[in-house]
Amino acid sequence: MSELDELMLALGEAGGDKSVLADEGIAHLSVSGSSILSSRQVEGIDVRTKEFRNGISAKVVVREGVKLAKPVHLCFGVLHKKGTQKIEMDVRLEKNSSATIIAHCIFPKAEKVRHIMDAVVDVGEGAEMRYSETHYHGLSGGIEVVPKLVVHVGKGGRYYTDFTLINGRVGALAIDYDVHAGENAVVEMTARVFGHATDDIKIKEKVSLDGENARGLVKARVAIEDEATAEITGITEGNAAGCRGHVDCTEIVKDKAVAKAYPFVQVTHPLAKVTHEAAIGSVDKRQMETLMAHGLSPEEAVNVIVKGILK
Amino acid sequence: MPLLAVDNVVFGKGPDGKSPILDGLTLAIEPGEVHALLGTNGTGKSTLAGLIMGCESYRPASGEIRFDSRIINGLAIHERARLGITMAWQEPVRFEGISVADYLSLRQTAFDPAACLELVGLTPFLYLSRMVDRSLSGGERKRIELASVLALRPRLAVLDEPDSGIDMLSIQDVINVISEFKKSGAAVLLITHREEIAKIADRASQICNGRIICSGTPEKVAEHYKARHCLACNGVECHYV
Repeated sequence: MSELDELMLALGEAGGDKSVLADEGIAHLSVSGSSILSSRQVEGIDVRTKEFRNGISAKVVVREGVKLAKPVHLCFGVLHKKGTQKIEMDVRLEKNSSATIIAHCIFPKAEKVRHIMDAVVDVGEGAEMRYSETHYHGLSGGIEVVPKLVVHVGKGGRYYTDFTLINGRVGALAIDYDVHAGENAVVEMTARVFGHATDDIKIKEKVSLDGENARGLVKARVAIEDEATAEITGITEGNAAGCRGHVDCTEIVKDKAVAKAYPFVQVTHPLAKVTHEAAIGSVDKRQMETLMAHGLSPEEAVNVIVKGILK
Repeated sequence: MPLLAVDNVVFGKGPDGKSPILDGLTLAIEPGEVHALLGTNGTGKSTLAGLIMGCESYRPASGEIRFDSRIINGLAIHERARLGITMAWQEPVRFEGISVADYLSLRQTAFDPAACLELVGLTPFLYLSRMVDRSLSGGERKRIELASVLALRPRLAVLDEPDSGIDMLSIQDVINVISEFKKSGAAVLLITHREEIAKIADRASQICNGRIICSGTPEKVAEHYKARHCLACNGVECHYV
């Protein structure tokens, strides 16, 4: 079996759609370790890639006014038990363009794997980017994932991102996102993670609402069990008139797991408004009682509630 | 033989810290009977509902609750639910990430979720894919809770003020739901403040100060309720005169 076939098999098992590789209307990039196994460009998008010792770099430009009808698919993985993969991404959406990017990061056999993502994103004036990243890490927990992202969203631009890691072990995760929103820009960031055993989850998501009437939502949904730990920092700064921001963190804790949440809000303009809410604890008693009154056992009720918040 | 028998149940402590919230309460509901429970605020109606359902920290200090002749005092909520008891809370909780369709199918039943929504006056295609979260109004959430209880096909449904939060023009929807329970052969304990809702019951009782002070036809109990009579203490303890 070729490495690409193996990667696609793992992608399918992780819930991804491997048929996108065959679709000539869909741009994609598949990377195993530091090898680019497959890629395709479509009209309106330029992708330049380079391999280096422990990873790859990719520069993606969606040209002015281009609205990609189909999502761009990215698949990054390390198929061996050990290894390091560094991804350097530079994504630019030019004025009034739009793109949806669906990324799968797959490490099914990871025992000692490092996955480092270093990304810079520029969403131009009136442009819209939707970025969805789903991870599958296997069951050993021997993985370290370090995604770092800096985003600038221009006037009237929109940037939506969600990060999902709810199947398999997390290992050690340290997300660091920093997003700057210009005038009338909209930013929404969501992270959903389910930690088990000794998983260690650190999520830091920051939105600076720098332009007038910018909007921001930072949302985290985390469930942890066994002896897992989670530390969630959601930061929103309101720095201009009419900005509205909200930080919303919910963590469900089971067994001996330990969760911390740091919703941090700062306002430097009298006409800006930023709010926050954080809830950490065991599963809500009234929710449990309601589901149990429907005949679900306590374990089934917890599963339904946890799956719901991670959905 | 009653389906549900609450026999001389004592529970909790009232605001004075001395007298119990339920003070030797006795109530029986026959199979297929719709039984309305009337009473002013704070008289123990919702407490009784919580005791019948077996909610956490709701265990009688004394007395028995029997379902189908079986003492259920020690059973957990889901064990009672599996016997056929269920409940619609006065203020149903919200669930993030659970669609109405999924909520109505939590347990496999023969009842179609769409049909249940229609019975509570909601258009299925507008609601099945919506989430049971804060995006629903109080009235919508309440109707969906009623639909979910219907979908379970219970033997006993405890409905805690199913009409509260529902606009006056839609009261007929609540009456339809109760009629549907009746058609299916289920018994209903119907906690309500509205006479027009209570009237559809087969029997009614009035609760005051943790005790049943009057039982009979809904009309008789409603008249008694409106006349503000307390036969148990003549108003000395409960001030219900």
